[in-house]
Amino acid sequence: MIATKSRSDLKQNREKNLREMEEMSLREVSLDIKNLTKIYPTPKGEYVVLEDLNLRVREGEFISIIGHSGCGKTTLLTMIAGLNEITGGQILLNEFPITGPGPDRGVIFQSPSLFPWMTALENVLLGVRQVFPGGSKKEQQDICKYYLSKVGLEDSFFKKASDLSQGMQQRVGIARAFALKPKILLLDEPFGMLDSLTRGELQDVLLDVWNREKITAVQITHDVDEAIFLADRVIMMTSGPKAQVGDILKIEFDRPRDRKQILEHVDYYKYREYLIDFLEH
Amino acid sequence: MKAKAIQLLNYSGFSWAVPIVKLASGEDIKQQFTILWKRIGMPFCAIVLFLFLWSVAAKNVQTSLGVLPGPVMVYHQANVLWQEHMGERTKAREFYARQDARNTAILQQNPDATIKTVSYPGKATYIDQIITSLKTVFMGFVIASLIALPIGILCGSSKNVMTALNPIIQVLKPVSPLAWLPIVTMVISAVYTTNNGWFEKSFIISALTVSLCSLWPTLLNTAMGVASVNTDYINVARVLQLSPFKKTTKVVLPATLPLIFTGLRISLGVGWMVLIAAEMLAQNPGLGKFVWDEFQNGSSDSLARIMVAVITIGLIGFMLDQLMVALQRLVSFE
Repeated sequence: MIATKSRSDLKQNREKNLREMEEMSLREVSLDIKNLTKIYPTPKGEYVVLEDLNLRVREGEFISIIGHSGCGKTTLLTMIAGLNEITGGQILLNEFPITGPGPDRGVIFQSPSLFPWMTALENVLLGVRQVFPGGSKKEQQDICKYYLSKVGLEDSFFKKASDLSQGMQQRVGIARAFALKPKILLLDEPFGMLDSLTRGELQDVLLDVWNREKITAVQITHDVDEAIFLADRVIMMTSGPKAQVGDILKIEFDRPRDRKQILEHVDYYKYREYLIDFLEH
Repeated sequence: MKAKAIQLLNYSGFSWAVPIVKLASGEDIKQQFTILWKRIGMPFCAIVLFLFLWSVAAKNVQTSLGVLPGPVMVYHQANVLWQEHMGERTKAREFYARQDARNTAILQQNPDATIKTVSYPGKATYIDQIITSLKTVFMGFVIASLIALPIGILCGSSKNVMTALNPIIQVLKPVSPLAWLPIVTMVISAVYTTNNGWFEKSFIISALTVSLCSLWPTLLNTAMGVASVNTDYINVARVLQLSPFKKTTKVVLPATLPLIFTGLRISLGVGWMVLIAAEMLAQNPGLGKFVWDEFQNGSSDSLARIMVAVITIGLIGFMLDQLMVALQRLVSFE
């Protein structure tokens, strides 16, 4: 663990962290968002959600994006996913611009979004078949079963998705995203609809699988504790309209992380205070 | 075992029989009897009351064919119709037995002799008419579904197609079968001249009329269902880059199935209602023709026989509906 930090230390880091992002060498950057702008046309004229937003994410890094609701977090994520059109600027994934949705970006949606008429296995298999069309049926199934087991569903392969609890459904959602072997994981408040106990459980499950795969991950959340526990860096977005990256906080806890240790760490509360302070002003 | 039986009853539309199963398995008698009274006893009382009012009222209505028949006379005629049917069946069996005996006798005398087999020339009984009606409605329903489902999917997936077709659909939807029938009759008479013996012309006319009237609920429900598929499902399909075909078969159709079945259920109900009218006018053998023939016949039994047909039509319509409900429950994923 690192040496304890004072609050002013964290504040001074602001400029440094923002500058560091600009200076990141392109080789280590996985996701590169350049001058991203999003404008929604409304009857009262144009509404600028994001303006000239810049963000770079390292290969294998886990970042959390927090901000007030309505600040454009979800707009940002859906644009990275390719589900939402870009008005201006560019999003590069491994140096290739994003033009539409694709399975190289595994999305974990806020609601589990499983197909209720399929079993857990079939839900994962649908994507795996798309990504590994050359594999034999057994190979494809084995991939699905591996990830379903990793999220703790080894007994529920053949259960209908509609028969699973919300928490279990979201576990399938996690397995589905990882099984695609994506270049990047996009998580849109994935645990927002769960009760706090299940949420904690699923954060552990997510981190456990993520620690093995180290896939670049971008997570949207409004839960400060979740952001700190999961991320290497927390990106704070200014409130909209014309939202941008307001501040960046490095979370310097070692991995793999243990919830209990982190909760007992002095820095945890400083990080927490800093984030809440940002959100309240 | 018990749970399975109850589930089966619920799925097949016999949920009123559930308390009987529970009674048989020794659950709280008093409670189950209360439920049983509510589910069976009350409707039973209503039916008895209805029959009573009917018989009282019918006695006071004099028609040119005699007094309006009450329930007893109708029940009697139902029996008569059944006896006629059984009688015809026996005659048919005897006819074929005689024919077979004659043919074997001929073949024994001269193995090279050409023999002829004739099908029984007796008239169609009431049960035959019911079977013909069921075949016709089924045929019409299948044709309607084959037309309505693809167009419905198309309308649901593209707003432009929906906007383009909507006026046509809305105008054709309320047209009565009686208006379609002359057109269908003329068209089929002009087009269907092959007479290969697969279908009677009148059968096709009735079936097509049924289709024309019953395809709209399926079409509109399918369109609505496809258009309102959960956007999350569509997003998942987009992220996985499913081909349009895969997207339709794996995501859109399963998600829409409950609504499609609601449409099919309404369509079948409409189709059955339309069929009777179509058969009456197209002279397709079936329940409609039976009613028409009895009306023309004008014997003292005719009104009672028509009432038997009315009750039969109602019961079959009810059973068809229950069948669709059972199917709908099977495909519903919620």
